[in-house]
Amino acid sequence: MRIALFATCIVDAMYPKVALATVRVLERLGHEVVFPQGQGCCSQMHVNSGYFDDAMPVIRNHVKAFTEVEFDVAVAPSGSCVASLGHQQPMVARKCGDDLLAEQAADVAANTYELSELLIDVLGVTDAAEQLGSWFPDTVTYHPSCHGMRLLDLGDRQKDLVKSVGGIDYRELPDAEECCGFGGTFSFKNPDVSGAMAEAKLRNIEASGASLCTGGDSSCLMHLGGAASKRKAPVRTVHFVEILASTKENPLVVEGPVELSIPARGARVASNAGGNR
Amino acid sequence: MSADAKTEILARIRGALADQPAVAETPREYRKTSELSREEIVEMLEDRLLDYKANVFRETAETVAERIATQLGASARYVIPDVFDTAFLPEDTAARRAIVDPNDARKASALGVRELNQVDAVVTSSTVSCAQTGTIFLSGRPNEGRRAITLVPDHHICIVPLDSIVELIPEAMARVEPTAPTTMISGPSATSDIELERVEGVHGPRTLDVILLG
Amino acid sequence: MSITDLGMPAVRPVHGQGNLHAQVAFPKAAKEELKNDQMRANIRHATHTIRGKRANVVGEVPDWQQLRDAGSAIKERVMANLPELLEAFEQNVIARGGVVHWARDADEANRIVTELVQETGTSDVIKVKSMATQEIGLDAHLEEHGITATETDLAELIVQLGHDKPSHILVPAIHKNREEIREIFRREMPETTDELTSEPRVLAEAARQHLREKFLATRVAISGANFGIADTGTLSVVESEGNGRMCLTLPDTLITVMGIEKLLPSYEDLEVFFQLLPRSSTGERMNPYTSLWTGVTPGDGPQNFHVVLLDNGRSAVLSDPDGRSALHCIRCSACLNVCPVYEHAGGHAYGSTYPGPIGAILSPQLTGITSEENASLPYASSLCGACYQVCPVKINIPDILVHLRDEDIRTKHGERTQDDAAPAPVSHDLATESADNWRSEKALTGDADSERTDPGTRSRGATVRGAASDVAASVRSAGRKISKSAPAKKVPTQMDAMMKGASFVMSSGKRMSLAEKGLPLGRVVAGRDHAIGWLPGMVGGWTQQRDIPEPPKQSFRNWWKKHEGETEQRLAQDGVVAFASSEESADGPATTRRTEQDDAVPAIPPENSAKQPTAEPDQLGNGTNDQDGAQR
Repeated sequence: MRIALFATCIVDAMYPKVALATVRVLERLGHEVVFPQGQGCCSQMHVNSGYFDDAMPVIRNHVKAFTEVEFDVAVAPSGSCVASLGHQQPMVARKCGDDLLAEQAADVAANTYELSELLIDVLGVTDAAEQLGSWFPDTVTYHPSCHGMRLLDLGDRQKDLVKSVGGIDYRELPDAEECCGFGGTFSFKNPDVSGAMAEAKLRNIEASGASLCTGGDSSCLMHLGGAASKRKAPVRTVHFVEILASTKENPLVVEGPVELSIPARGARVASNAGGNR
Repeated sequence: MSADAKTEILARIRGALADQPAVAETPREYRKTSELSREEIVEMLEDRLLDYKANVFRETAETVAERIATQLGASARYVIPDVFDTAFLPEDTAARRAIVDPNDARKASALGVRELNQVDAVVTSSTVSCAQTGTIFLSGRPNEGRRAITLVPDHHICIVPLDSIVELIPEAMARVEPTAPTTMISGPSATSDIELERVEGVHGPRTLDVILLG
Repeated sequence: MSITDLGMPAVRPVHGQGNLHAQVAFPKAAKEELKNDQMRANIRHATHTIRGKRANVVGEVPDWQQLRDAGSAIKERVMANLPELLEAFEQNVIARGGVVHWARDADEANRIVTELVQETGTSDVIKVKSMATQEIGLDAHLEEHGITATETDLAELIVQLGHDKPSHILVPAIHKNREEIREIFRREMPETTDELTSEPRVLAEAARQHLREKFLATRVAISGANFGIADTGTLSVVESEGNGRMCLTLPDTLITVMGIEKLLPSYEDLEVFFQLLPRSSTGERMNPYTSLWTGVTPGDGPQNFHVVLLDNGRSAVLSDPDGRSALHCIRCSACLNVCPVYEHAGGHAYGSTYPGPIGAILSPQLTGITSEENASLPYASSLCGACYQVCPVKINIPDILVHLRDEDIRTKHGERTQDDAAPAPVSHDLATESADNWRSEKALTGDADSERTDPGTRSRGATVRGAASDVAASVRSAGRKISKSAPAKKVPTQMDAMMKGASFVMSSGKRMSLAEKGLPLGRVVAGRDHAIGWLPGMVGGWTQQRDIPEPPKQSFRNWWKKHEGETEQRLAQDGVVAFASSEESADGPATTRRTEQDDAVPAIPPENSAKQPTAEPDQLGNGTNDQDGAQR
């Protein structure tokens, strides 16, 4: 299958490792990954901030980028951005008077999957250890980001994939369904409440007993990881596809853009079982 | 003044609806008819009422008077509505007697609120009961009385004939006259206003005895 | 002002007044409230308690979604047919011996109620908890006219005795715990002694003793209404304690203040709402008491009955097709109880009678997004969607919040008149900004290219113009209320500039690529601890609470251009071999075969080898090592 990767702007610019991990996982399943170079952003930042007019060129660009390239399905490592494509783009286009764009946006959205949806519903992945060679021997908990959970109805897809990774020690997250406090524009328009929500989430992550919190949206993970770093909390965050991509031979090292608080010569989170250095 | 306000408000609303919003047929796919057996329905009502901290008793025409006597205790002044089957009631004694309210506050014999506040209990029948929610409907029928008599006394003994029990809210509502003064009672008075934890017993009757009769 | 006539009376709905305006913008108010640890603990405890109860009793209803569908559809019908339903309701109330009053706003409602009370010759009234009378500030108005109103709902009584403000729709004293309530009762109820404990049962008993004489003696009661039935004139109050029954039954005179949106078309509709409301509200299968009355019943209950139908901005809410479903609200408070923003900030931060998610969409619509304070409310949400999920009448609160943000931005940009609540049809005026206003974009994006604003930013105007003759489009676009003669456009804010710049960059892969090449600048700012702890301006809100991760050396987009074809190397590095061709794997469950360790010959350096001095500049590394300094 020819799969178009919609990296999303935050992954493209801040977490390229997440995009690469997505590629690695899909390639392991024998699929060809293409990256439409015209892609930009889903427009959610503009829409959620009320800048509908400024969102329009972004929407138009997304539709163009994912129409001018041939592929079977598109995928994004983000529940929020995928939800935005189907939920917001047509709505904004329609409100701004461009019905044709609204239809085109809906068509592109209909063929764009959130990563766990694609892996489970389309590609039949049920056991990451078996089917992807995924290996990550660490204590991990999982935060279900709101838009994937409530707008895409992802259910336990992401969590189930994480739990099926070889060697993983999965811990349940108390009050998992409570928002982490990111909320895009909310995070800096209401920084204090947003920070309080992050603190509540961090407390729950610590209570889970896991050393690492995973999830399906780099934006939420950046917010949580950044809040943890600011508070010197021993909580690290990593996108679930990086855990899926981790193998014995090339284990995930949690550091860099995802890892915020370890020293420069940071300790490895993954075991050294792979020993690929 | 008010007529002007009415005219203006209606004009504002009509202006606000200038887009003439289309209205789809209301989907009523929710349950309207029970699929449970009579016994299951009765058990459900009993379960729900007990959950509300009401007391529930199953009695027959032969045992009901004794049950009411027990619940009233040896010494009680209690109110009954104007029309009530006295066969259900215990014999009056020197210390325990029924006071009939005429179901009409305008009548001279009607009990005033302070008199109602002095009586120990009230005994009435009921219109219909909903098992799903544990709700007893009073709708001011002659054997239920006017609203005040089931409100002010601290102890309400309510008779629920078995054939008046239905499972679902739509089934119950269908048996009530819409314009009748209606009180739906689901257990004794309660509040969740302190830390959202429910405690029973505030202004309404703090004791609710339900007699399932049949 | 130019409003094209759509053939309807050009009456502009008028916004509401009263306890609807925030005094302080939400972020500032919330910041203060967040300091109150006791309040936060109380609200957290209460909301988590009720969440669990609600989930249990909703979970046991197999047709819950069908009930929500019905509830939502019924309310939609109410709004579409509101004039007819109101008139039918009025007729039926009058036919059953009641008197109907209409109040355009809070002042008029307060005046009507005050005069009705004065006519009875009493100076004492008892009240059933009512959001409408809270909204219009009735208690204060009565007091100014020498009338004492006693709140009889336990939580309202706590608020009243505590000289406090309500913070929750259902439980106005949710911010107080049992010990604090005991303190208030002990201080304000002369009949209590030190024996009073903080047991909720004991406190409820104290309230019973305190109010008993009031109930028996007071001749006038004032209530709100949960539902009004158009086809019978019936009103309903849903409650728990019996204080409602006392007020609705014992006095001679009953005055009910009801928002015009509270109507239901028929008695049959109650069967839906009596199932939806209690489970969503107190998490009970049914609330202890529900009263239904129609006009006056001779010999039973109040013999003088008045109902005041209140607009106070509701018709203005109704005028917005994209926001009007906020009027469907049945005041259950489920959205407050699940809202993480409410949980942390508390109800007072919203500054209105209506706090929480529903308040964030209702208050600014009732008042209009005119004041900075109320305009801050649509932003008081992370758009997590928990509120929509639990709403018994399916009000899509997140979508309305986003819609109101659009309204707010366009109001601030002068594309929409601030006080115009009428549904103005689409304007032919483009009112779009000149690119000259947005020169700051380059500085914000670090884009060295001198391209101007994408022409696409103006195409909306062009499209609207082309479709202006299309009635459907114009009616729909009327939801955005574009004004022709807009007020003078304000100077672009920093946010405007950032959004404009981001739009410019994000609407082109090429510009994204160029902008991303500027990313290493961030690495300098990030410094040696690899987290940006402080940045000036806009981003300050972010960095007060969180560090920003150090940006990578290279964006994925730019890395991919050179490494797209290295599939085999990637597989080898991971120690796996793709099992199947794409055609085969698409048909069945995928599997991956592991390679032998020895086969793993990475052709591209492992990611973490960025730590080695030999790291190449185009590496997709994250550069957390000191050696990176050499590149700066």
